Amino acid sequence: MFDTNELVINMGPQHPSTHGVLRVVLRLDGETVVDAEVVIGYLHRGIEKLSENRNWTQIILLTDRMDYVAAATSNVGYCETVEKLMQLEVPRRARYVRTILCELQRIASHCLWVGTHAMDIGAMTVFLYAFRERELILDLFEEFCGARLTYNSMRIGGLPLDIPPGWDKKVLEFCKIMDGKVDEYETLLTHNRIWLERTRGVGVISGAEAAGLGMCGPALRGSGVPRDVRKDEPYAAYDEMDFDVPVGVNGDTYDRYLVRMEEFRQSLRIIRQATEGLPEGPIVGKVPRLIKPPAGETYHAIESPKGELGYFIVSDGKSTNPYRFRVRPPSFCNLQALPRLARGHLVADVVALIGSIDIVLGEVDR
Amino acid sequence: MIDTFVIPLLQIVIVLNATLVAVTYMVLLERKVIAWAQSRLGPMRVGPYGILQPVADAVKLMIKEDITPVRADRWVFTAAPIISMVPALIVYAVIPFGPRITLFGRSVPLYITDINVGLLYIVSVASVGVYGIILAGYASNSKYPLLASLRASAQLISYEVAVTLTLVSVILLAGSLSMVNIVNAQFNARVWFGFAQPVAFVIFLIGGLAETNRAPFDLPEAEQELTGGFHTEYSGMRFALFFLAEYANMIVVSSVATTLFLGGWLPPFPNTPALHFLYFVPSWAWFLIKSFVFLYVFIWVRATLPRYRYDQLMRLGWKVLIPLAIANLVVTGIVKVLIG
Amino acid sequence: MGEAIAFYTIAAFVLGFAVLVVSTKDTVHSVLFLVLDFLFVAALYVLLGAEFLAVIQILVYAGGIVVLYLFVVMLVNLKRPPEAHQDRNRRTKLGFGLAAAVLLEIAAIAAYSSARPAPATAAATGVGNTEQVGWLLYTNYLIPFEIASMLLLVAMIGAIVLAKREL
Repeated sequence: MFDTNELVINMGPQHPSTHGVLRVVLRLDGETVVDAEVVIGYLHRGIEKLSENRNWTQIILLTDRMDYVAAATSNVGYCETVEKLMQLEVPRRARYVRTILCELQRIASHCLWVGTHAMDIGAMTVFLYAFRERELILDLFEEFCGARLTYNSMRIGGLPLDIPPGWDKKVLEFCKIMDGKVDEYETLLTHNRIWLERTRGVGVISGAEAAGLGMCGPALRGSGVPRDVRKDEPYAAYDEMDFDVPVGVNGDTYDRYLVRMEEFRQSLRIIRQATEGLPEGPIVGKVPRLIKPPAGETYHAIESPKGELGYFIVSDGKSTNPYRFRVRPPSFCNLQALPRLARGHLVADVVALIGSIDIVLGEVDR
Repeated sequence: MIDTFVIPLLQIVIVLNATLVAVTYMVLLERKVIAWAQSRLGPMRVGPYGILQPVADAVKLMIKEDITPVRADRWVFTAAPIISMVPALIVYAVIPFGPRITLFGRSVPLYITDINVGLLYIVSVASVGVYGIILAGYASNSKYPLLASLRASAQLISYEVAVTLTLVSVILLAGSLSMVNIVNAQFNARVWFGFAQPVAFVIFLIGGLAETNRAPFDLPEAEQELTGGFHTEYSGMRFALFFLAEYANMIVVSSVATTLFLGGWLPPFPNTPALHFLYFVPSWAWFLIKSFVFLYVFIWVRATLPRYRYDQLMRLGWKVLIPLAIANLVVTGIVKVLIG
Repeated sequence: MGEAIAFYTIAAFVLGFAVLVVSTKDTVHSVLFLVLDFLFVAALYVLLGAEFLAVIQILVYAGGIVVLYLFVVMLVNLKRPPEAHQDRNRRTKLGFGLAAAVLLEIAAIAAYSSARPAPATAAATGVGNTEQVGWLLYTNYLIPFEIASMLLLVAMIGAIVLAKREL
């Protein structure tokens, strides 16, 4: 009856809940989102181009800074790609420690995710509880490699250092503490009626559509697609570990939340197995002093906490720098789905959706 | 002469000052309680254990630059925070902190006045307080605060209906609109109305949370919300007034809830001879303890629960609370007629 | 004596604000002056000893109806240019003439009714204003009350029909 025109609202790049410098331009009809346009690039540092001027070992430093929330995973992915191209054998102990570190990173990343996601929806306290546990993990990492955020904790062929004595006992103690804490987060959120109303039915996407958009990781698994690189193409020591991959049913924000909460518990399971069964042996394989992979190209993917993190490297066999270094960041591919997810929802839901997809701008922009 | 002018004037001065001090310390209390819930300490630097933090906040807000947006309506812009704050303060004229006591050989009432439409007065004054929010959004001369303020005020007037309906149930039980008579009715009935009217009590608490724009109903002023809320353009002392008005409203809701549902100045199970020792605690102390419990619950709820989306909030108010309140009213009426 | 001072002061305010309501250029200011007007009228009711009516005046009129006026005014945003205030079709002399006629009529009614003996009002016992109004409203004036609530129901349904997009 009355003529209403669309309102264009700009969210970000500086905004308390866009998890970094993300800009989303929303077109609204009243309060319903008609379309969302995602504008990225505010954190672009040229990592892929920079790496063409670094030698293969120096690039490990750069991979830290992409997904700075789960830096060790990025390191592992890159090192394994180069090892695949060079056909290097990584000793079993190194593979086990890599597994432990990757799973610790998964827990740390999910802690940050649950904290920020809950805080965006209004539950402030979960944020502080989750960060309290994340501090425990960061302490473990600091003891291992001396850094809290950008670890540089892998080398091509293994690890730079062996774990300090007593570190594995500390890891097991942490696992015991963390189990109780995950229960605490679940008590505050999982059956809370306000949480259910805010997340059930928000951002529903079917498995086929999600896969078609290139989504990966817990966001895809929430829609019912059981794709997990750790199971489908095992790397590090995952083929020797016994764990389950949680898969959702409805593909809404609540299911993605449940998938990640269950992943907490599965990661703890893997860490326990890997720490208790840690084999003796060398920590780094037979690696030439100057790393010069033979000419060729390869792609290798791992399961980072955000999804399938893939590296594609091209070596020309002659120089010590890569010819081309390309990253397939999971956050970038998942972010593509945001316009499709946000359509038809209210403005307040967009914030919940960004948290549900779990992006890190360092990875999206590189 | 003394009874009609001097004593009320003295009471007004005391109550106003106490309220304003309480409001500023509410800010500190909230920060401390939320911090403890989140396993951290809260303000600790200013004064021992952070006790002087409100002083630091007040000084900071007072020395901030006073910015008025260009082409904003100057009079309305200045008036809006005042319109928000004043209703919260003048409600104290009818809230009874205690019965008549003898002080220095004089019979002094522990309430400023007792008008025989006291409860309605409180409700009407609260409904005038909505203007502060509407005008704040309007006077900022900017699209987003205007829309946010209209949403916030729509939320307020919706929950006002539910809250007023619960108050009617209490009036039915007490048979009077005067606040002192309501407390006396609880004395005569030997039970707090919170036990006699649990549904009304719960609806009043939820409605009170929504009326004061507190979590989980604080979407209109949450920082994560796009439009920054109705007080975006306010800074310095004007913003401080809005901020304090919110806490003053919280204290008012707590006081009203105490008087209506928890027996005001009465100890638990009033008028039972066996528990006469409870009168050892002075009446106003009971009142303050109970109000404080409510305030603590308000802060506790904020620390724990996530936030409702606006449409869910309105749906809760209109489709759940109002029918419940009406049903409660009907049942109360029927029971009152049958039992008398 | 004190009552007379109070009455004349409040009445002066009421009239002053009423004039401002119609004379101010800004529509929002006009609505705000109306609110102030209603508050002072409530004060007049208190002077008359009708405290229930005073509180209801604030609650319903100032706190409900005018809020809705304000919503509409703000959303429609009537900031007209000054030229629009010069209306060539306005019949100023006729307007003043009609207003004077109405004033004379009201004065005549007031004089006539003060000449007649006042009807016996219910003795104001210790029973408060609220109870008296309540008794009358639900016994003698029940039918007007029900008709008024029907009217409000119709208005609500009309508003919902207008505002809903699809029914």
